[in-house]
Amino acid sequence: MSILSVNHVCYTYSPNTPFVTTAVKDVSFSVNKGEIFGIIGHTGSGKSTLLQLLNGLLKPTSGQILLNGTDIWEKPKEIRKIRSHIGLVFQYPEYQLFEETVLADISFGPKNMGLNEEQAKEAALRAAETMGVQEELLNQSPFDLSGGEKRRVAIAGVMAMEPEIIVFDEPTAGLDPIGRETVLSALMQYRADHNATVILVSHSMEDMALICDHIMVMNSGENVMLDTVPGIFRQAERLSEIGLAVPYVTSVLLGLKKKGLPVSTDCFTVDEAVHELLRLAGKEADHA
Amino acid sequence: MLNDLTFGQYFPANSLIHRLDPRLKFVLLVFCLVLFLFFNNNYYTLGLCVVFVFLVLLLSKIPLKMYLKNMKIILPVLLFTAVLNMLYVKTGRVLLNWWIFEITSDGLNRALFFSLRVVLLILISATLTYTVTPNDLSEALERLLSPLRFVGLGSAVHVLSMMMTIALRFIPILVEETGKIMNAQKSRGADLESGGLTARIKALVPILIPLFVLSIRRSYDLAEAMECRCYNGGKGRKRMKQMTLHRRDYLSLLAVLLFSAVLIYLFYTSKGLV
Repeated sequence: MSILSVNHVCYTYSPNTPFVTTAVKDVSFSVNKGEIFGIIGHTGSGKSTLLQLLNGLLKPTSGQILLNGTDIWEKPKEIRKIRSHIGLVFQYPEYQLFEETVLADISFGPKNMGLNEEQAKEAALRAAETMGVQEELLNQSPFDLSGGEKRRVAIAGVMAMEPEIIVFDEPTAGLDPIGRETVLSALMQYRADHNATVILVSHSMEDMALICDHIMVMNSGENVMLDTVPGIFRQAERLSEIGLAVPYVTSVLLGLKKKGLPVSTDCFTVDEAVHELLRLAGKEADHA
Repeated sequence: MLNDLTFGQYFPANSLIHRLDPRLKFVLLVFCLVLFLFFNNNYYTLGLCVVFVFLVLLLSKIPLKMYLKNMKIILPVLLFTAVLNMLYVKTGRVLLNWWIFEITSDGLNRALFFSLRVVLLILISATLTYTVTPNDLSEALERLLSPLRFVGLGSAVHVLSMMMTIALRFIPILVEETGKIMNAQKSRGADLESGGLTARIKALVPILIPLFVLSIRRSYDLAEAMECRCYNGGKGRKRMKQMTLHRRDYLSLLAVLLFSAVLIYLFYTSKGLV
């Protein structure tokens, strides 16, 4: 069942000026409940604009966005409510921190939704736990934290609103490998706990291959490919035409195949590739 | 809301006014401002000024709509002062007398001249900001002020111009950052559009604090980046882009001088109304 469907959405910036640009052109797709939906595309392909359209920060120039079958712009005055159903975590969300303490900052969203002090605090504590924000940090100033901690606090700030759909714009950009892993596993944890749907934008093909169910590829504002992970990453040539790549392991296997090894290139994560290489070496996979 | 910030925004086009030397344009602007204010007190001079400004606007090849958008912001102030002028000036011929209001010819003239002068000033200033990029403008100012080095203020001029360049350069960045932060807080459910005055001011806190933090951090980064490239003030610095006066600049200068000669002649030969 599709929880979110986007029908022929277009968005144009600064219409009727010399600076006019169409950032999103006739994009349609639908997202199933509970799935992880990835969006890839190089810089300037319209991903960020699309995300802002999804949670009602921008209004489509034409087309509709349906949440559970209802147009999110049906009642323009209640667009703020939509934002608690579709949460959006911006790129570098740590820049939005402003409160005196971490806990107060995480409770900002829930309070805006109209929860009282107690409920907001509970929601904030739940989100902090999901994001792995340690208890001793909760009463510190968000400006005293490290970069990775700030990121987790900021993401918790959106999670605390407990949206059904949570949209992430490059949640792991600029994080170290451990930071990336923490954020991604927290994201999976949130989805499991709340039976939520996740929409993820990332430049890391490895992350995408690992966790996404479907992937949409955007190029100059258009939806150019939409398929399952294997469906997308089997088309290495087409991806590189639009300036994208397949995961590293896949390109390694493609290279091996070019050298004449009878290897299957249908592997997109490290585990799959290891499995495939062991099979090739004639060993049992469980030795690994 | 932030998209409407057109004042002081460069508007690209290929026109004579765009190609003029920024230094000359700045000097001519100041000259015109003086003319419009101090040599403009009768219908002939007013008409001449209006025609002159209109010609400049046409030559700039910028849609008149852009200029009108600028006017819209100050229209209420203009109307208010015009009405006050009309009502408070009691000299001259009485044109209308109704209840406690008395409108006289002097009052009407005062209102007309006052508002048209302001309109002319704004339009002619807008041509400068629409046709010169902020960087060119601050460079032009630095050059115009450069004679101050003979009285030992050379480095001050450079510092001032560098500060201006940086400030101007950061306006679009700050506008963009503000937009991003506003969006981020809005998606956390912040309500920026409704509520009373206090509620709205309070709603600004989640935007202003991150903005300040970001600006301070940016200025540290910038200072470090400048130091890394051995910046140590204006001493011995040369310009990559040299500004030179062309034929079109001399011709424009001539045209403006001609205009001013006619204007000053009309100013002294006709009876002043205000």
